[in-house]
Amino acid sequence: MTSPPVTGPAAAPRHRGGPGPARFRPRRTPPAGTVRPSRRGVVSHWRQYLAISPFFLIFGVFSLFPVCYSLYLAFQRWDGMGTVQFVGLDQFRFLWDDPVFWLSIRNTLAIWVLSTVPTLFGALVLATLLHSVRRFKGFYRIALYIPNVTSIVAVSIFFGAVFSNNFGLVNAILGTVGISPVPWLSNPWLIKLVIALLMTWMWTGYNMIIYLAGLQAIPTQIYEAARLDGAGPIRTFFQITMPIMRPIILFTVIISTINGLQSFSEPQVLFGSNAANPNLGGPGQAGLTTLLYFYQSAFVNNDYGYGAAIVWAFFVLIMVLVVVNWRVVQRGRKS
Amino acid sequence: MTAVVPRRSRRPRGLTAHIVLVLAVLISVFPFAWTIVMATNTTEDIYKSPPKLTFGSHLLENIRHVLDTIDFFGSMLNTVVVASVTTVLVLFIDSLAAFVFAKFDFPGRKVLFATLVGFMMLPLQLAVLPQFILMSDIGWVGTLKALILPALANAFGIFWLRQYIENGVPDELLDAARIDGAGFFRQYWNIVLPMIRPALSFLAIYAFVNAWNDYIWPLVVLNDPAHLTLQVALAQLHVGHTTDYSMVMAGVLMASVPLVVVFTIFARGFIAGATEGAVQGS
Repeated sequence: MTSPPVTGPAAAPRHRGGPGPARFRPRRTPPAGTVRPSRRGVVSHWRQYLAISPFFLIFGVFSLFPVCYSLYLAFQRWDGMGTVQFVGLDQFRFLWDDPVFWLSIRNTLAIWVLSTVPTLFGALVLATLLHSVRRFKGFYRIALYIPNVTSIVAVSIFFGAVFSNNFGLVNAILGTVGISPVPWLSNPWLIKLVIALLMTWMWTGYNMIIYLAGLQAIPTQIYEAARLDGAGPIRTFFQITMPIMRPIILFTVIISTINGLQSFSEPQVLFGSNAANPNLGGPGQAGLTTLLYFYQSAFVNNDYGYGAAIVWAFFVLIMVLVVVNWRVVQRGRKS
Repeated sequence: MTAVVPRRSRRPRGLTAHIVLVLAVLISVFPFAWTIVMATNTTEDIYKSPPKLTFGSHLLENIRHVLDTIDFFGSMLNTVVVASVTTVLVLFIDSLAAFVFAKFDFPGRKVLFATLVGFMMLPLQLAVLPQFILMSDIGWVGTLKALILPALANAFGIFWLRQYIENGVPDELLDAARIDGAGFFRQYWNIVLPMIRPALSFLAIYAFVNAWNDYIWPLVVLNDPAHLTLQVALAQLHVGHTTDYSMVMAGVLMASVPLVVVFTIFARGFIAGATEGAVQGS
């Protein structure tokens, strides 16, 4: 089922009748990285252009054009069928005054914080522990990574079942010790907590693997030296491990910001809409993330212009947060 | 890279580490175990208080219910086709482009590569709506083509393979091949591809898992209930039959087991590849 890489057998390059170095003339293919672009460059590199053309053709049609087109749509009013009407900044003005949009932003940010902080912290702790043990390393790595390859739909259904208000396992367990059922999937904060738990479960192993790679790259001599200087494990961790790991932590913070803010499937599957409850995002729309609101506006209400405006405003938010996170992690370096 | 054995191994510390790690592993695999419990029991057993905590004997019955309710194997076939075709094509397109970006200098190289990396950072959702409009205009809504083609613009693969080729394939080897008369494509096929096998197998699993688990785009673009991917079918099963837990859980089990098995088989190489990419990418 999993297709192996499309490599031929490692055939050795064919040797022709002994062309000595003296007769070597770079023909149409210039030596790697040595020839400067010239006017004839474009023509003589036709093979290279041909080789990258499949990607750039598909990229142009299915990525570049759609992104530009969605920016155009954000300034129009269109339901997908009638005429497209230019409305200027109206969509964004409406967005600014739309309480549901701001609710979705608050939900997204809350879920993001509730999931990213424990994910990255847990990943760092687990990676440090895993780095320190000798046995079963391979087993731990695989077993802890598995949550990341399970489908969000399956995991969301599972969490919905386990945290179900009436019959879920969690409430059943709480019941045996005399705690009355907790409304996990109807209290606004508990809804966010369940979604965040789900994301933490899925992403801790992934980040742990990245941290582990970083830890393995630190030369052990540094630790030897620190130990000889009398530094304890805690001090070593904060004074040696953390500073060296900073670029990797920055990488994971950026990735978690981009991924974590894009939660969509979790609430969509947990609180699938139906006729009785047309609003997405569960009771009180407490699980309505921004992408889910985009989905509702664009594909349920067929309000294409507004959908495009939401997704662009959301993109700006992600960029702002990425820059802020970058600054925070970078500033730590100087102190 | 061999793990350096810590000089002083104080037993208690190692033991604590193992205890915490085993707990973490239990949390990781618990959902799978509990899914099996729910899928092998009847819904009444799960609803009972306290619920049944052991494996039951109703798995086949629950599976039969799933097969009666949704076109499980049809959607699985769709998913397998989409994921396989996407993976093979992504590997080919991306490795070819990565080779060019790693080893050739040509007019426009920097601009093209910068565009590619820039778009790698953009959230995919910016493009979803226009992609849908595009698909409706060319009449591809509801077809598998609509799932495969956009997934082929995999900029991450090029970015990642390029780094691997730049460091892993020596220029001297390519020069030697050129002296021996190997043209561009032969260099790619006979030298570069065999040398980047580890990177390719990582990308293969990455692309396959992503295609298999993709949800938002199939949800948007597949409108024919008889023609879905596994994830969308599973979500429908859930929405339509929320009360029949044991059946839904049997569906969850059937939908996630194949991928977890495949992953476990290839996991070693995949995790090695993932860590390498992450460290290089940072």
